[in-house]
Amino acid sequence: MPLIEVKDVVGGYGGAPILNGVNIAIEQSDIGVIVGPNGAGKSTTLKAIFGLLKVTTGSIVFEGHEIANSLPDKLVPLGLSFVPQEKNVFTSLSVEENLEMGAFTRRDDITGTLEEIYTMFPVLKEKRRQPAGELSGGQRQMVAMGRALMSKPRLLMLDEPSAGLSPRYVLEIFEHIVTVNKAGVAILMVEQNARQALAFASRGFVLSQGQNRFTGSGPELIADPEVAKSFLGG
Amino acid sequence: MDILVFFINKVVIAGTVLGSIYALGAIGATLIFGILRFAHFAHGDMMTLGAFFSFLIALLFYHYGIFLPIPMGFVVMPLAMLLTIGVALGIDKTIYAPLRKRGARPVTLLIASIGATLMMQGLIRLFFGTGQYSFFDYGEPKTIIKLDMSWAGSRPITFTEPQVLMVIVTVVLVLILNYFLTATRFGKAMRAMADNADLAQVSGINTQLVVRLTWVIAAALACAAGTMLSLDVSLKPDLAFNIILPIFAAAIVGGLGQVYGAIAGGFLLGFAETLGVFNWATILRPLGNVLPSWIVIPPDLSLVPTEYKLTVSFVILVITLLWRPTGIFKGAST
Repeated sequence: MPLIEVKDVVGGYGGAPILNGVNIAIEQSDIGVIVGPNGAGKSTTLKAIFGLLKVTTGSIVFEGHEIANSLPDKLVPLGLSFVPQEKNVFTSLSVEENLEMGAFTRRDDITGTLEEIYTMFPVLKEKRRQPAGELSGGQRQMVAMGRALMSKPRLLMLDEPSAGLSPRYVLEIFEHIVTVNKAGVAILMVEQNARQALAFASRGFVLSQGQNRFTGSGPELIADPEVAKSFLGG
Repeated sequence: MDILVFFINKVVIAGTVLGSIYALGAIGATLIFGILRFAHFAHGDMMTLGAFFSFLIALLFYHYGIFLPIPMGFVVMPLAMLLTIGVALGIDKTIYAPLRKRGARPVTLLIASIGATLMMQGLIRLFFGTGQYSFFDYGEPKTIIKLDMSWAGSRPITFTEPQVLMVIVTVVLVLILNYFLTATRFGKAMRAMADNADLAQVSGINTQLVVRLTWVIAAALACAAGTMLSLDVSLKPDLAFNIILPIFAAAIVGGLGQVYGAIAGGFLLGFAETLGVFNWATILRPLGNVLPSWIVIPPDLSLVPTEYKLTVSFVILVITLLWRPTGIFKGAST
């Protein structure tokens, strides 16, 4: 049984649906990458899973729980976590307070997890008293990832984690994502750097107009001439 | 020295008192703006309502002949706070929450809060009429403290017991609030939600609970400010409605959503208003003997007449908005 299974999900913000039957299945060990043209419903899919928009039909099952239309304060304790693309840090809070907010739903001692995050991103420990708004783009992305990991999720969802970052940081963020996955956290992410992301994806989903076009492992999709031609720019 | 004492009595003490009231009111207004993103116009009437709750409970004690060494208004304040919190939560549940649920825009909520203002003022007038009341009309004395300054001159430094307690209570409340916001889980969540409500929701923060907590804090502080104001002047149905505009000016000058900004803004405006109506002629009068006779010091040299005290706040507000549009502490702009 997959960790999360999104089945024939239709949904949107109230008007015409943006998702017209999306299917996604991820195992605990997977890195899933959603790619596709602008407006294909990639980010919308993540938001639908995280209860940020209305799912009208279809089901989303996470570890046996039906979670369609559940709100984040129910989902985070279940083991889901989400890093939005923009405005993903609390700019006026210190780095450490940002991380603490990620653990808001936890009632146990969080110092161990905090240390793990600082080991993964040593620069954050250095700057832990500084307001997150004063950090560079790459460091902010680390804070955002760290915040999402503080709840000890089983599934980490990231919306374009590489957006707006310099190539050096893109590589670094991808390396961190792989590290997190090796530590036992399933990943589901949306990426514009499709070729680069699919290269390390164990599951790839090509969406277009709110529907799945192709599904397979990352390398398979890259090798598929039709995917390459229509969606990866030749 | 007499002149300095006069200045302390007229400006330093009065400014501190007014500043404390403005600061406590502005903290509540700024917190509500930070979390709920609208200007809560009924905040002044929440202060008045809190004062009337304190007054009613105090009357009960007076009725049974209970008098304490410190003014009853301060003793019963925690009880009145609870009642005010109850009313605030009730108003939120019945008026603002349904509007929020339908995705009402801030301006709709603002208009709704004007409705709440009229409703609360009407209810208060229904029960208490339009007259004035004082906590000290029922046998409790208002202790006046005079600091002997005979070593320096003939005038003593004069203030009342409620004024001293007012400053102490303000400091204590601000310290508690500061601890809450910087050291507790829900306090940090409140700052997080004011900073970025969407991300707070995504982090799994119970935003409904944060909203309720915001009302609890704002109402408690409003009750304290209203009660202390009514202990200093007198209690009437438009007690705090008259100062809601400078309170918002203080919140905006400090930077909307910024608690420390609201405190700074409150004291800044409190002192500015007091200085604005201060009659500088009293200080300059001794120069009259020295200056050539063709310079006559007029009897009234205050910057603005007392009735126009509020204009001082608005002048400062306009200057601040021109110089730093988001306030001294860089608050929210929308």
